[in-house]
Amino acid sequence: MNAVFEGIGASPRRKEDLRFISGRGNYTDDMNRPGQTYAIIKRSDRPHAKIIAIDTAAARAAPGVVAVYTSTDLAAIGGLPCGWQIHSKDGSPMAEPKHPILAEGKVRHVGDPIAVVIAETKQQARDAAELLHIDLEDLPSIATVTDAMKPGAPEVHDGIAGNQCYDWHLGDADAVAAAFKSAHKVVTLDLENNRLIPNAMEPRVALGDYDRFSGDYTLYTTSQNPHVIRLLMGAFVLGLPEHRLRVVAPDVGGGFGSKIYHYAEEAIVTWAAGKLARPVKWTADRSESFMSDAHGRDHVSTAQMAVDADGKFLAMKVHTVANMGAYLSTFAPAVPTYLYATLLAGTYTTPVIYVEVKAVFTNTVPVDAYRGAGRPEASFLVERLVDTVALELGMDRVDIRRRNFIPRDAFPYQTPVALQYDSGDYFATLDAAMKSADWAGFPARKAEAKARGKLRGIGISTYLEACGIAPSKLVGQLGARAGLYEVANVRVHPTGSISVFTGTHSHGQGHETTFAQLVADQLGVPLSQVDIVHGDTGKIPFGMGTYGSRSLAVGGSAMVKAMDKIIAKGKKIAAHLLEASANDIEFKNGVFSVAGTDRSKTLGEIALTAYVPHNYPIEEIEPGLDETAFYDPANFTFPGGCHICEVEIDPETGVTTIINFNAVDDVGRVVNPMIVEGQVQGGVAQGIGQALLENAAYDASGQLLSGSFMDYTMPRADDLSNITVGTENTMCTHNPLGSKGCGEVGAIGSPPAVIGAVCDALGIRHMNMPATPQKVWAIINGRPAA
Amino acid sequence: MYDFTYAKPASLAAATAALATEDAKAMAGGMTLIPVLKQRLNKPSVVVDLSGLGLTGITVTGDSVTIGAMTTHAAVAASAEVKRAIPALAALAGIIGDKEVRHRGTIGGSLANNDPAADYPAAALALGATITTSKRAIHADDYFQGMFTTALEADEIITSVSFPVPAKAAYEKFKNPASRYAMVGVFVAKGPAGTRVAITGAGQGGVFRHAGFEAALAANWSAAALTGVPTSDADLNSDIHASAEYRAHLCNVVARRAVAAAG
Ligand SMILES: Cc1cc2nc3c(=O)[nH]c(=O)nc-3n(C[C@H](O)[C@H](O)[C@H](O)COP(=O)(O)OP(=O)(O)OC[C@H]3O[C@@H](n4cnc5c(N)ncnc54)[C@H](O)[C@@H]3O)c2cc1C
Repeated sequence: MNAVFEGIGASPRRKEDLRFISGRGNYTDDMNRPGQTYAIIKRSDRPHAKIIAIDTAAARAAPGVVAVYTSTDLAAIGGLPCGWQIHSKDGSPMAEPKHPILAEGKVRHVGDPIAVVIAETKQQARDAAELLHIDLEDLPSIATVTDAMKPGAPEVHDGIAGNQCYDWHLGDADAVAAAFKSAHKVVTLDLENNRLIPNAMEPRVALGDYDRFSGDYTLYTTSQNPHVIRLLMGAFVLGLPEHRLRVVAPDVGGGFGSKIYHYAEEAIVTWAAGKLARPVKWTADRSESFMSDAHGRDHVSTAQMAVDADGKFLAMKVHTVANMGAYLSTFAPAVPTYLYATLLAGTYTTPVIYVEVKAVFTNTVPVDAYRGAGRPEASFLVERLVDTVALELGMDRVDIRRRNFIPRDAFPYQTPVALQYDSGDYFATLDAAMKSADWAGFPARKAEAKARGKLRGIGISTYLEACGIAPSKLVGQLGARAGLYEVANVRVHPTGSISVFTGTHSHGQGHETTFAQLVADQLGVPLSQVDIVHGDTGKIPFGMGTYGSRSLAVGGSAMVKAMDKIIAKGKKIAAHLLEASANDIEFKNGVFSVAGTDRSKTLGEIALTAYVPHNYPIEEIEPGLDETAFYDPANFTFPGGCHICEVEIDPETGVTTIINFNAVDDVGRVVNPMIVEGQVQGGVAQGIGQALLENAAYDASGQLLSGSFMDYTMPRADDLSNITVGTENTMCTHNPLGSKGCGEVGAIGSPPAVIGAVCDALGIRHMNMPATPQKVWAIINGRPAA
Repeated sequence: MYDFTYAKPASLAAATAALATEDAKAMAGGMTLIPVLKQRLNKPSVVVDLSGLGLTGITVTGDSVTIGAMTTHAAVAASAEVKRAIPALAALAGIIGDKEVRHRGTIGGSLANNDPAADYPAAALALGATITTSKRAIHADDYFQGMFTTALEADEIITSVSFPVPAKAAYEKFKNPASRYAMVGVFVAKGPAGTRVAITGAGQGGVFRHAGFEAALAANWSAAALTGVPTSDADLNSDIHASAEYRAHLCNVVARRAVAAAG
């Protein structure tokens, strides 16, 4: 056994970090293929315009140019597919306009790709792109959901009335209406969830390669789910069968959702590589990322809660309009519906809920899942509404939460919005967070701040979220055009070292460490003996990728299942070698032994025997020690917890400073506490970013005003405070690990706590995010909201 | 970037000659110029690197601080002599951009560029600096001529900047949350050039002197003296981060804080 414990519950250093911090990461842009060409995409600088003509002659004639393509060249290939179909209230399928690879007839948002120029060098491609003559005729345009729904609004897609993608609902409208009628009080809150730009550190890159001898295509891309890209691009866009197309997503520098989707550039470089029989590489620059990576959030909602005189929630009603942008990105329709509306019970026993969601098109960048996806929108709405109810009833914010929490003994708990929670203890996370934040000592701190002329506020969120979206059968009924299981292949090599091939993908999360810990723990081998392989459809049997905090709960469970098969087979081999019955063989700490004896064989010995089967039960079992498992979860997992934020506002300037932030989450079984802490802190940083700093600002016409870091405020270390992270875990009851997921809790739980603190400091009911100095100053001074 | 030729002259005369070429562009630290070139917003014929001219260094006499045009922000921030003579100037240099920018960006480049939200212009105007060039000496009052516009001619090179040592001075910067340039930066000074207040980041025309604040402070050098002294928002910037009205308000807050800091 290893001297230092490195299994489940230990915090060894991340195996991948030496590579990352010493410049030896292998990112897509680090890859170059012989004979490579470079693609530059010419994009629309107009929000909405008719394409009158594109004259490519001068660009084609420019030095070094290999090809120039516009939509007419792509007539034979499909548009970008959407992976989720929503049906409206009336049963009709959502409006699903074509999402062309290159704009056809019209451009619909700033950043919409119009043409691609491919040249020997990037510089030549850039030069030639400037020689494209694109004649555009501006059309009236819209950026907000409010403008999109106005009578007579310009149509983003001709013939899609009112720009409506769908008009969907969930829950029991009649029961809610009845409860509203007889309630003591109905509290109403209008709120918005601001639009965000993900800004992963590594911009997107796609490198297409074509082997003219074999006819095989390879796409190297910055993706969170290479198998999904292979399926979507292969089957729906290019018509390439899986065995002719390999998709590789090597080291990826952050995704946060924005690298889930199948993007036009991936299809362009792959298709063009085949056409030209040369590799084609495209690398986004930062400005391009701002207008071509899918954005996140952008909801406008009205939320209502009916309560009795004691503050007990009786019924909830929500109306939300979600901005889809100009086209449907891969999973966009699911975000404001099944990833949002189903979460509106939160941690509370609200017996009836009714929610209506409209999705509309606008002349903006497509919106899709971004860290938390739907669940931050839900938690922001629910938690802000709960605060407002407390305020209007004159109740304490904590008391009202306790009064409405789902009791500890009520699990499994069926919500009125389809989900069934398996486990949780919201009282435990609340108590621990209040203790950690010294909630009781807040009034004294507020008084001290007041003496200095500063406004202190404290905010709380007792949120819930759902991870590991599943099971496949259910999501299929809900409109997913894919399964949501995960795949693991555990290969014990002849000398006992182990390669694990997983369909999940790590783009910063540290899977090479946590998954190796899991395998080392279960198979009783040193951490250094386990290697995690991901991100290559040529190596990994299949997989659905990484998003929705699913990798450990779903991907890790697949590994456990595969390891169970390894152990079961190992027992049979050991039984043969030890001349015992397989039923009498025990496996522990990497050793197979006959129960109650000292006769044993190590995993390494068993592996060697499996691959050199001289003395082997060959009639009974095959040689080799290599097992694959597909794991389809029985349910979502339900992490939750309590986030408490304390802020101080300078009333003269409107500047909000985070004083401290305490998070206590329930993430189920923790494999590596250090990585959980880092994931939560990163998520909280993004949540604070959304609450105080970040805003994708468009003008009314759809020009992006925050198109660079000069105007888009990414959170920096000095915008944050110390973030104290704790856990109070209850186990997931339906997966073999008990893990729930920790990747998104930070971004989901934190924004309502931050805004709650700002509102508490200002003594106001609500304000929309981000709470910038200007907005806070305007509120203090009674100015209309900017 | 578009293609250009690169020259690194060894004398001021040679540099001036190189800059006489049509569309020639001087380069100091490159912190502003290179991003502009990368975005293809400028197409110089020749980039004239000024780093071979020996224009670095700081000289402090009893009544002035003279800084070579090619001196980096980091060097000014770290200079014990500047800290002693005009601590506000060293402090200002120390909060420009980030560490990397401060180790490349220069005082000459900053003043030549005259970004409406840059920090150095506020110091130069409030302290009544003299900008010495390859051709002449220009007083700060005549030098700043609107955003990104100065009295410099196309082939004129800043060689040094000379700041009279004030009795009291301080710079307060309210940063734009995203860019961290000044959204409102106020430099207050009381010294040989009189009582002067220069504001950067706020004005549509770049750095400007605030007559109301100056009059109030000349009569009574105290933060309280500024209470209620208005700033017209007519010529102030308005953008997604701050309306003209909010900037006008901040001018007063930031100026009061600067005076308090100056003591
Ligand atoms: C990320 C970032 C953050 C920044 N933040 C701030 C900030 O907070 N506050 C702030 O004030 N600035 C900021 N800057 C700007 C920085 O201070 C620049 O360095 C400065 O504006 C230009 O100096 P430079 O030496 O890099 O000049 P360059 O970029 O080389 O040149 C700028 C311009 O000046 C001309 N020029 C340069 N030197 C001379 C000379 N001696 N004579 C005549 N013309 C000359 C050039 O031709 C060019 O037009 C920031 C820059 C970056 C990249």
